[in-house]
Amino acid sequence: MTKALDEVKIGGIGASRKRVEDSRFIRGKGRYTDDIVLPGMLHMEILRSPMAHARIKSIDTSKAWEIPGVHLVLTGEMAATRNLAWMPTLSYDTQAVLATDKVRFQGQEVACVVADDPYIAKDACDAIDVEYEPLPVVVNPEQALDEDAPVIRDDKAGQDGNVIYHWEVGDKTGTDRAFERADRISKLRLHYPRSHPSPIECCASVADYDRATQKLTVYMTTQAPHIVRAAVAMIAELPEHMIRIVSPDIGGGFGNKVPVYPGYVCSILCSILLERPVKWIEDKSGNLISTGFARDMYLDSELALREDGKILGVRIHADADHGAFFADAQPSKFKIGLLHSAFACYDIPAAHLTARGVYTNKAPGGVAYRCSFRVTEAMFFQERMVHQAAKDLGIDPAEFRRRNFVRADQFPYRTPFGFLVDSGQPEKCLDVGLKAIGYEDFLKQKEEARKRGRLLGIGISTMTEPLGAGNSREYDILGIKMFDSAELRVHLTGKALLRVGTKSQGQGHETTWAQIVSHELGIPAEDVTVEEGDTDTAPFGMGTYASRSTPVGGAAISMVSRKIRAKARKLAAHLLEVSEEDIEWELGRFYVRGVPDRGVTIQECAMAAYSNMPDGMEPGLENHAYYDPPNLTWPFAVYIVTVEVDPESGVWDVLNLVAVDDCGVRINPMIVEGQIMGGLTEAYAMSNMQFITFDEEGNCVGSNYMDYLLPTAWETPGFELHSEVVTPSPHHPIGAKGIGECAAVGGPAAFVNAVMDALDGTGVRNIDMPLLPDRVWQALQTGQDVSGVPPVRTDD
Amino acid sequence: MTIVHEVRDEPAHDVPERRITVTVNGTRKVIECEPRLLLSHLLRQGLRLTGTHMGCDTTNCGACTVLVDGTPVKSCTMLAVQADGHEVTTVEGLATASELHPVQEGFREEHGLQCGFCTPGMMLASKALLDRNPDPSEEDVRWALSGNLCRCTGYQNIVKSVLWAAAKLRSEREDQ
Repeated sequence: MTKALDEVKIGGIGASRKRVEDSRFIRGKGRYTDDIVLPGMLHMEILRSPMAHARIKSIDTSKAWEIPGVHLVLTGEMAATRNLAWMPTLSYDTQAVLATDKVRFQGQEVACVVADDPYIAKDACDAIDVEYEPLPVVVNPEQALDEDAPVIRDDKAGQDGNVIYHWEVGDKTGTDRAFERADRISKLRLHYPRSHPSPIECCASVADYDRATQKLTVYMTTQAPHIVRAAVAMIAELPEHMIRIVSPDIGGGFGNKVPVYPGYVCSILCSILLERPVKWIEDKSGNLISTGFARDMYLDSELALREDGKILGVRIHADADHGAFFADAQPSKFKIGLLHSAFACYDIPAAHLTARGVYTNKAPGGVAYRCSFRVTEAMFFQERMVHQAAKDLGIDPAEFRRRNFVRADQFPYRTPFGFLVDSGQPEKCLDVGLKAIGYEDFLKQKEEARKRGRLLGIGISTMTEPLGAGNSREYDILGIKMFDSAELRVHLTGKALLRVGTKSQGQGHETTWAQIVSHELGIPAEDVTVEEGDTDTAPFGMGTYASRSTPVGGAAISMVSRKIRAKARKLAAHLLEVSEEDIEWELGRFYVRGVPDRGVTIQECAMAAYSNMPDGMEPGLENHAYYDPPNLTWPFAVYIVTVEVDPESGVWDVLNLVAVDDCGVRINPMIVEGQIMGGLTEAYAMSNMQFITFDEEGNCVGSNYMDYLLPTAWETPGFELHSEVVTPSPHHPIGAKGIGECAAVGGPAAFVNAVMDALDGTGVRNIDMPLLPDRVWQALQTGQDVSGVPPVRTDD
Repeated sequence: MTIVHEVRDEPAHDVPERRITVTVNGTRKVIECEPRLLLSHLLRQGLRLTGTHMGCDTTNCGACTVLVDGTPVKSCTMLAVQADGHEVTTVEGLATASELHPVQEGFREEHGLQCGFCTPGMMLASKALLDRNPDPSEEDVRWALSGNLCRCTGYQNIVKSVLWAAAKLRSEREDQ
């Protein structure tokens, strides 16, 4: 008779356990960086460049110094004396901390002031007089590549143009051959507009250098505290053990809080110079105009098609606008992230991708905004191309996908770009989605509505993406391999402390990580405390972004729990006075094989580890694990959207939205659904309103929430989620896959495809995102594509 | 708490100070502050009520929403001196010592929050709605919260949270 615990009851895997962290958040007792107050703390503000490209002729700080309450006015020239005017980026480039020679984008950091309070610091910033000599401005790749274009990075020896890199992957010859054989070639030119992850909390830091101990403690908004520690050790030349990075509660990250920004570095330098704690709280404009943008990529693509709907080959060329510094946080081997994960859910014989990165006079861009390094662009381009190819061939887009999917029996499947897709059931996901949306009925409705002048459309997006970077053979940042870690201490009463190298920004790690321990050891989740984000206590990890927490950190938690269980088994054998081979495990207890009533609980084993261990056994019950995943995990998803477009105004409304996500085993289904809904909202935002553009002078149009539109509860549609399809990852210890980003990655194309479907027969093949009413209206009026590429002209 | 500014090493520069009286979460506070001090800064730095978060500084995101005499106000664009003589409720004033407000419970029950940054403002805007409309429709909730941005949840669970709280408040009233 089994006495195993009911896993869901103890809060193990599959339990929609209420979140532990909510208890403090709903009381207003979260502890975000701005909530930290240290004795003697001063406040820092940054002076930013109003110009996008200009030589700095002079900086006069004398008036700022005169303001009572000002402690320090720091310029690039002063930072240079500490070798800190420039810093390395995570993509082997350099970035200005404080501008010395010239400014290269609007909003670039020029000086900073430290004062008794932020009001005085702001006053003093206003009192700094900077004389600029304007230079010609470059705001898109086309201008950057013009032979007469100014060289933006004239600070770099040997940089004679604005190209950062050329990169290619795939089989050019094979792809050329596929195109020669094609019955038809479908082409599309697309732009994924620049966007900003824009967490509600901006970046912030409190740097505290203690001269007596020579220790630097930095509380800051970072998704990857250990990477920051490594970077600070290199940049500030401080010994690593004297640096403590603490990432407290974070008010949203979405990739924006991975890079190391000049503001952080300035606060650290100011604290070292003043030997006092220095707090920097970025304002929203500063966040929107200077920190990690995303996307801003142009794509020319072609599909080689057979008349029966089979895709024979893919050719992609991407131009990426990186802004003034190449500061992407991404694996070093891949210059344009994992863009070549495009088409991984389709069985395509040949593919070739070329990419080119350029500098422009814009803020450094290309962060992985809620995505695994450019896979958002990859899946958007893929699904737009697939939709258009189906239309070009006159084949139903759902059927076209079906003809090209990787079949369930083909996994693990090697893509023409070299990825190994671990597992999936794309066709089953599509079936569930089509049934849920009522596909056939909707097509009839659409035809009927057409006759009465109403424009209905349906858009599908099917995708898989590589999540959980990554295996150490291929994935590293600045040479540091992208493994992750967990450390578990089981106390003598069977309660536990778990420390992980990841860092939650709202994903609910304190809740779900305990559930993995519960699953592996049978310790109730409520008995497990989870800690992250403090480099003095957490094991070395690469942090949370690119949906890597569950695939990598979560796996490390399983592995460390299993090490604990192995030791507990020895303790159980000792307590039960049998040999270890005669011990069986069921959730929460060991028992003697064949005698299920004779057993000991995991808690009794824990007590024995401190009070009654066998001779020769090391006391205690704790361990750690570093997990180097054998592969990425590949969740599959299908998003289907129906819309109605108003032909009079170009406004479109979402009628229904169905999301089918197969992310393998769901640790906490409630939290997984929360992640999917958040992603869907970002997808809607991207397709409908959310973008940042620049005028010809490089002024950022979208530097505040009045100009940078984010959806509210009012316009955000409702969602119907489906979890019927479950394909556990074959290599992940608990069969889980990443999920936090799928909907944001795969969603945008579903909305755009739906609007394009509504425009069937108008001759319009593409409208660039966001599909603003005026763009849709213009397309309807002219029957022409609408491109989002040209810079917006600002009226004087 | 009668003094807002911290004690400094050096005397501060000579700015005029105003004396105001504000009732915060039921307690009268006498405060001396600069006329330009924002209400959000008074709450966060002066009164150390850090549950009121600052997101955008421009009245758009609503993270700093508090109730002034029961009406939701974005405290990042209201001067502290404008609150003179008024009653301010912050997230710290929602729960009693022993129990949570149903809105707080609702957000936890329906997974209405993720990073928690927008949550205090969302909950106060929700409370204001439920105070004037005990039985709101989904549309009413969406409209009432349209001044508060959330980047994590996609709002669907926030709406559910508020409807959960509304149902609980109604059943509590029926029990009385």
